[in-house]
Amino acid sequence: MQSFRFDLCELPEETKGLRQEVRAFLAEELKDIPLTTRAQTWMSFDGEFSKKVGAKGWIGLTWPKKYGGHERTAFDRYVVLEEMLAAGAPVGAHWIADRQSGPLLLKFGTEEQRQTFLEPVTKGESYFCIGMSEPDSGSDLAATRTRAVKADGGWIVNGTKLWTSGAQHAHVMIALFRTEQNPENRHGGLTQFLVDLKTPGISIRPITDLYGSQHFNEVVFEDVFVPDNRLVGTEGGGWAQVTAELSYERSGPERYLSSYLLLVELIRELQAQNKPGAEEEIGRLFAHMMTLRQMSLSVAGMLEAGENPTLEASVVKDLGAVFEQDMPVIAHKLAGAPPTLSGGSDFQQVLGVLTQVAPSFSLRGGTKEILRGIIARGLGLR
Amino acid sequence: MNEFQIILSETIQRLLSDHVSRDLIVASEQGKWAHDLWTALEENGLTKVLVSEAGGGAGAQWSDAALLIKAAGEHGAPVPFGETIVAAWLLDQAGLPVPDGAMTLLEGGNLSLTTQGDGFVLDGQMAGVPWASSSKHGIAMAQGPDGDMRLCCISLSDVQLIPGMNVAREARDRLILEKTHVIASAPCGPSVLGTTLRHWGALIRALQMGGALQRLLEQSVAYANERTQFGKPIGKFQAIQQQLSVLATQAAATGVATNYAAQAVEKGRLSHEIAVAKVRADEAANIATSIAHQVHGAIGFTYEHTLHFATRRLWSWRAEYGAGCDWAAELGAQVMQNEPEALWPLVTQK
Repeated sequence: MQSFRFDLCELPEETKGLRQEVRAFLAEELKDIPLTTRAQTWMSFDGEFSKKVGAKGWIGLTWPKKYGGHERTAFDRYVVLEEMLAAGAPVGAHWIADRQSGPLLLKFGTEEQRQTFLEPVTKGESYFCIGMSEPDSGSDLAATRTRAVKADGGWIVNGTKLWTSGAQHAHVMIALFRTEQNPENRHGGLTQFLVDLKTPGISIRPITDLYGSQHFNEVVFEDVFVPDNRLVGTEGGGWAQVTAELSYERSGPERYLSSYLLLVELIRELQAQNKPGAEEEIGRLFAHMMTLRQMSLSVAGMLEAGENPTLEASVVKDLGAVFEQDMPVIAHKLAGAPPTLSGGSDFQQVLGVLTQVAPSFSLRGGTKEILRGIIARGLGLR
Repeated sequence: MNEFQIILSETIQRLLSDHVSRDLIVASEQGKWAHDLWTALEENGLTKVLVSEAGGGAGAQWSDAALLIKAAGEHGAPVPFGETIVAAWLLDQAGLPVPDGAMTLLEGGNLSLTTQGDGFVLDGQMAGVPWASSSKHGIAMAQGPDGDMRLCCISLSDVQLIPGMNVAREARDRLILEKTHVIASAPCGPSVLGTTLRHWGALIRALQMGGALQRLLEQSVAYANERTQFGKPIGKFQAIQQQLSVLATQAAATGVATNYAAQAVEKGRLSHEIAVAKVRADEAANIATSIAHQVHGAIGFTYEHTLHFATRRLWSWRAEYGAGCDWAAELGAQVMQNEPEALWPLVTQK
């Protein structure tokens, strides 16, 4: 049985100044953004906001200066992220590139790829999306069927990616394609590519979710040419690269703060209602949040130290998703006010948002069942 | 873990593995004091791990003590090990000498401290005192005549004791103090100001629970890998895997919350961490005990099997020194008395 390692990781004293700076920036920048937009924070897309964040030097915070980064610590980055999320900043445009595509290119990309793609990201001008799921490949990522076939000077891609968040706004997709068919080794023969989404043959169709917004998309590839120099890492090494990337995707503060603004409005509502007996539940949520933050920070510390905490990241994601998914239910039980799409109190409107989007929390970034399967493997059960 | 902690961990694991057998726990449940175990803990200097070197102790840190108390919980050591570590630390912090022998915490009663002659006496009653019948001394925090918090040490031979047990069949006794002579007393040390024995008891129990949850996880995984049904180990079924993963995440969260609390004490900046740890450990215990029993099936429900040594302890410990609901209500009241925007600065203050 592999044991989990969650060494405590402390934010250095020096991050305090940065925290105040971010708070002051957000107080100014968010004052005209509607609460229901802020309630969706990292799923809210606002290119102008991302440019301002880039101008402050808060995208690609840890990346080398020669690629437009700022060579600051992972702890500085953590502080910026959690402040943005808690305030409900619309960080969706730059979020994915800052979180995982940038680190992926720094680890596996060529020098030319880093030179070309990273700096525009740090300015908040270039947005990435992640092309993994397909119509017949959801949790079973190795079932990826979109084919990239070798051609002169590049690859010809045919197939469909599905549930791709932000594809309709993004400039670049980091896509996982099948470059070799081998039934004996499903995890082999997968390769990551940088795909310019303006390339002819790509059509992007937004899919309206039950809340009514358009986050995810269907992306169809018809004889799309991707040049050789846009292959990321090693041909056939996509599975291992994607797995490493997922540790970044699964352990950040966005994995337990997605419902944070609802908690704030719930407290306000309960104070207004003057209902007795809510303290225990609020205290319980506080205890969960404090613990999840330490767990998430611990994984950030391990990533900074160059380790690969896949298992620990899965633990954070699973516990965090359950926490943020429970929040609308708890808010409903404590306050009882109907969720609204429009009209009603701030609390009712935020509850309206979170009640509807919460089912996605244990689906996106790896379903609850997949994460628990990874943990079970770590326990030696598989 | 640093080098000292690795050595400390090996020492305690070896000592507890050698002594805490099924037979020992069964004998303890029938009222027999685990004398040899206790002697081994004392002789290795582990009960005075937090006492300064000048006071005859190891002068170690709280994160070191946390490791020991967690291990005691993992093995179900039927002795007041955590209580004695804390009592010794509090005495040393108050500049008082640390006696040998087991000690317990006198908490939860209506103790009143008054002067008598040159010294002090304590009056009051309290229930559920851990291992009082086997302990030599008890310590209390009580308000002195000048209004200051004083740490008081009494000899338990001077009090009336009515034996009792929690559901883990650990001694939890009722004490009646009538003009009980305080054998040593001093103002509480500066590092514990603003706390009560309930805090320290809760930290001990939360740490023990972290250990017991780890034990539950290991036992349940091992059982799932060896028990065969439908032609394969039951751990190969996704229904079982998913449950054991949940158990693992609960154990991990408790480990983090309790280590964080111990670290806050060590760094002298304790605020709400002990309450957070007890709330988290309580919830984890509710979930984890249910899963462990479900995975073990009927065999785990027998007295013969050892699973219940951990589960019955978790059912007891989750409610001792404040149940999760009590600590959560305190935390929630703190949050609710301020404007909602004050929550985030509270979360991120450290």
